[in-house]
Amino acid sequence: MTDKTITNWTAADDAMVEDALRRGASRRDLLRMFMLGGIGTIAGGSILGRATAALAATPVKGGHLRAAGWSSSTADTLDPAAASLATDYVRCCAYYNRLTFLDEHGQLQMELAEAVESDDAKVWTVTLKSGVTFHDGKTLTADDVVFSLQRHSDPAVGSKVAALAKQIAEVKAENPTTVRITLTAPNADLPTILAMHHFMIVAAGTTDFSKGNGTGAFVSQEFQPGVRSVGVRNENYFKPQKAHLDSFEYFGISDHNARVNAVMSGDIHLGASVKPQYTRVAEGHAGVVLSKTTSGNYTNLNMRLDLSPGDKAGFAEGMKYLLDRELIKRSALRGLAEIGNDQPVAPISAFYNANLKPREYDPERAKSLFAKAGVLNQPIEVITSDAAGSANDMAMILQQAGSEIGMNFDVQRVPSDGYWSNYWLKSPVHFGNINPRPTPDILFSLLYASDAPWNESQYKSEKFDSMLLEARGELDFDRRKEIYDEMQVMISNEAGTAIPLFLSNVDVHSEKLRGLRPSPLGGQMGYAFAEYVWLDA
Amino acid sequence: MNSKVLSLIAGRIGVALVTLLIVSFLVFAATEMLPGDVAQVLLGQAATPEAVAGLREAMHLDQPAIMRFLGWLGGMAHGDLGHSYTNRMAVSELIGTRLGNTMKLAAITAAVAVPVALSLGILTAIWRGSLFDRAVSTLVVGVISIPEFMVATLAVLIFAVWLGWLPALSFGGSTDSIWDILRAYAMPVITLTFVVSAQMIRMTRAAVIETMKAPYVEMALLKGASRSRMVLRHALPNAIGPIVNAMALSLSYLLGGVIIVETIFSYPGVAKLMVDAVATRDLPLIQGCAMIFCLGYLFLITIADVVAILSNPRLRH
Repeated sequence: MTDKTITNWTAADDAMVEDALRRGASRRDLLRMFMLGGIGTIAGGSILGRATAALAATPVKGGHLRAAGWSSSTADTLDPAAASLATDYVRCCAYYNRLTFLDEHGQLQMELAEAVESDDAKVWTVTLKSGVTFHDGKTLTADDVVFSLQRHSDPAVGSKVAALAKQIAEVKAENPTTVRITLTAPNADLPTILAMHHFMIVAAGTTDFSKGNGTGAFVSQEFQPGVRSVGVRNENYFKPQKAHLDSFEYFGISDHNARVNAVMSGDIHLGASVKPQYTRVAEGHAGVVLSKTTSGNYTNLNMRLDLSPGDKAGFAEGMKYLLDRELIKRSALRGLAEIGNDQPVAPISAFYNANLKPREYDPERAKSLFAKAGVLNQPIEVITSDAAGSANDMAMILQQAGSEIGMNFDVQRVPSDGYWSNYWLKSPVHFGNINPRPTPDILFSLLYASDAPWNESQYKSEKFDSMLLEARGELDFDRRKEIYDEMQVMISNEAGTAIPLFLSNVDVHSEKLRGLRPSPLGGQMGYAFAEYVWLDA
Repeated sequence: MNSKVLSLIAGRIGVALVTLLIVSFLVFAATEMLPGDVAQVLLGQAATPEAVAGLREAMHLDQPAIMRFLGWLGGMAHGDLGHSYTNRMAVSELIGTRLGNTMKLAAITAAVAVPVALSLGILTAIWRGSLFDRAVSTLVVGVISIPEFMVATLAVLIFAVWLGWLPALSFGGSTDSIWDILRAYAMPVITLTFVVSAQMIRMTRAAVIETMKAPYVEMALLKGASRSRMVLRHALPNAIGPIVNAMALSLSYLLGGVIIVETIFSYPGVAKLMVDAVATRDLPLIQGCAMIFCLGYLFLITIADVVAILSNPRLRH
């Protein structure tokens, strides 16, 4: 379906239509919208067709899928604990399973677990599904779960979630299908935490992960770090719906242009995470589809509250008013973002506080706040880097806005290499980039609690800390939501972190690739697409 | 082979060993000076002080730098390149497969670029000042100044996306027939040929023109030799020395400098491996790659010198 009659229609506009549809716009509303845009009803009708085509289709079995992520290096791993990039998550999702997982609506589902239950949020009982086997033929037992959860505490493993795993005091196998997890303190989020990619279940005693021996929908056939990995369908998969694809191949093409070109030429079926400025060429290209998802990923501006100039009251707030969120969204991100309200819980989360409105761009107000703080006309160093998402573009827009009210921002672009260890968390004013986390509790304890390891602005509040603890042990949803709502307001007003936008992820893929649905958990269906998609003949 | 060539080769092997030792020390020192280490890189944003310390200890990174260097050197003496820090695979295994790919690409490129560059260089020298000479020279200058990522990206856009003649990626596609392999290698080889042959053409042309000024060429002219005989029989044999040296330099670039082509065509060669290794501070792998590049360079230069000696009767006898 190509619309030769429309010359300037892009996927961003497609996304707008889809958004409108999801909000319940009627066909007539939309057609009126197109008329306003100068598009005839006939062409408008065909765009509508495209936006809804994804809904109706029957899976086809077979085929070899080729997909490319944005990175691939010798650090590629099949060890779920060490997985650090989206490409690692994709491989882990194909070869392993988790106890639980979050579906495309953000709802918790059971995967290897039959049930995860607790009365006090402190002692949890996990019942396992029976008849699940690893690729090497071994049956899944409680021992595998114990091993998989305990290894995160071993420093030699280098687990990415070691900090989260600290709260697990004891993991014990009650019998072959039951595991008891005892936490150091109540945490109602445990089932959601177990849905994180790092908590995939591996076979007990595994030390060499290069074989990818899991329970997943694909069996690893070839794995060469930095080159490619190939998996074939697991015919003994425990889910009744096995993978549609015969096999799938995943590798990295780090150059955005090259990745888009490879999709357009038909060499690969999917190119993941393409930066907004490179999508233009693929928009409108016959047979190529753009899939957009907005999850909790954001690039933020951090003003440390314990260092000058962030320690002067009003400075951090002024900076929040000086960020022209609409402009950043339109010009730097080509519309592929959602406006944020200076707190880290994403709009797709069940705990998102919808009453907390984003700050409008208000240079006059910023100016008076800066004057109050006594920083007007002083040069202020802002550290930015390619490493932190869209930081460079945001810094440029901020600098421009500053010059109009007499603020002189000295923007320092530093190399990506070493950014996280040398500048992030350390410089008085700098950019950061935070990946989606499944629960507000994780976000808050990681980023805003007084003892948070990544307290980007050194925000300290006893009230906040005690609310965090209270909500963590609370099993009643409404009460938790109430507490989290208030905490989001506190962060938005008090912390030194400006969170202007949540960034969308764009995957470019061939029309032949079907069944790929946007997921709030990240691109490529929360990285688990291989199991669900199919190729049209 | 004569004694001169043999002693040159023997001397070069000695020099190579010393050079490798110095290079390995310099690379080690430079890597140590880079901010961050492999434990921090692997943990990324999750690098809390405790986590980094724990991982460092588990990877034996807490030993003094000089001890680690000597340990690596000891292994090297036994032919053991060590294991990669990041994925714990043997460095020799990681480099082995990639080196094969790089050599394949370099060999095909050389097989195309060297004859093209030689003949264009010689022809422009023969018809110096003609329209052909000027056209080629202008083109060569143009090609030198266009960066290769531009050539590569444009080539992909034209041949893979618009025309659909060639695959956009060079690796992982079907390699069932010679035709498929030719198609897969066509674009990287064309791009690289552009890059390396420009310099070779100019050097060949300059070297031949330089020897054309020699009295014996004038003598040949006075004796009534044709222009092509003058160039091919009298001038060229004496210009071989500088020409092969220029070629050796250009070709050594194919070994480790083709990172852009490897990235754009998703071709797994050693250049990308080295960049990965530096990005993750994976010392054994960096050292392994540096050794390979160094050896390759020395090997090419030695070949160039041997050819220069053999082509020169005064040195040969």
